[in-house]
Amino acid sequence: MGYWLFWIAGGIAILSAFAAITRMNASHALIYLVITLLSIAVIFFLLGAPFAAALEIVIYAGAIVVLFLFVVMMLNLGRRAVERERQWLLPGIWVIPAIMAGALFIVLGIALSGSEHEAVIEGTMVGPKEVGRSLLGPYILGVELAAVLLLAALVGAFHLGRRYIEERREK
Amino acid sequence: MEGPLGIPLEHVLYLAITLFLIGVVGILIRRNVIFILLSLELMMNASALAFVAAGAYWQEADGQVMFMFILALAAAEVAVALGLVVQLARRFRTLDIDAASEMTG
Repeated sequence: MGYWLFWIAGGIAILSAFAAITRMNASHALIYLVITLLSIAVIFFLLGAPFAAALEIVIYAGAIVVLFLFVVMMLNLGRRAVERERQWLLPGIWVIPAIMAGALFIVLGIALSGSEHEAVIEGTMVGPKEVGRSLLGPYILGVELAAVLLLAALVGAFHLGRRYIEERREK
Repeated sequence: MEGPLGIPLEHVLYLAITLFLIGVVGILIRRNVIFILLSLELMMNASALAFVAAGAYWQEADGQVMFMFILALAAAEVAVALGLVVQLARRFRTLDIDAASEMTG
């Protein structure tokens, strides 16, 4: 049962990911990305990682994609952008990347199928308690580094956006 | 296949590889910066899926801890990258990534 649920969610994830990279309209692509993220969250839940599933929905689908959508709205891409996108995405441009990706898939597939030991995920739940204990125990240095990274990103984003904000104000 | 759930680890990794490669193809074929960033998000999610699957296999929390680090990384990356997108759109009046070639690399 869980196995089929996994492949249903995985199939939806693959299809919507494929749709996301081939859309012409940026907001449609972002909605497809949200569908991919939600099905990955379902898979996390099945694998016994409910905290990761919740974070996937709240932060990825809820915050990061909404940030994307804000920028798309702010840039005011209209029908003209869709036309230009159609010119950029030439027919046949996908052939060589698809061949390379297929070759990579075959190589990785051979590498994966080489192991004789059959590894099965039993889906035992690892709850938020263990995650928190691990995060603030052995991984505390990583948490501190993530804080520094986020601060750097905050400063960088503010610096990049500042001139834009000031020019807006002058107008 | 035994156990209450019974998903082979390889199958989850196949799914992660497929999603990652879709992201790679997306980066290679698109010229619009927003779509390139979107494909990057897809690739990060695929690697996060591999981490969580490995953590679930060993029934340890480390996979989810790594997922949270990837989440923080993605949030930081998106914040800076979208600032760059706004600057690109303002200076070159386009979202074409090839327009930003002033360093003629």
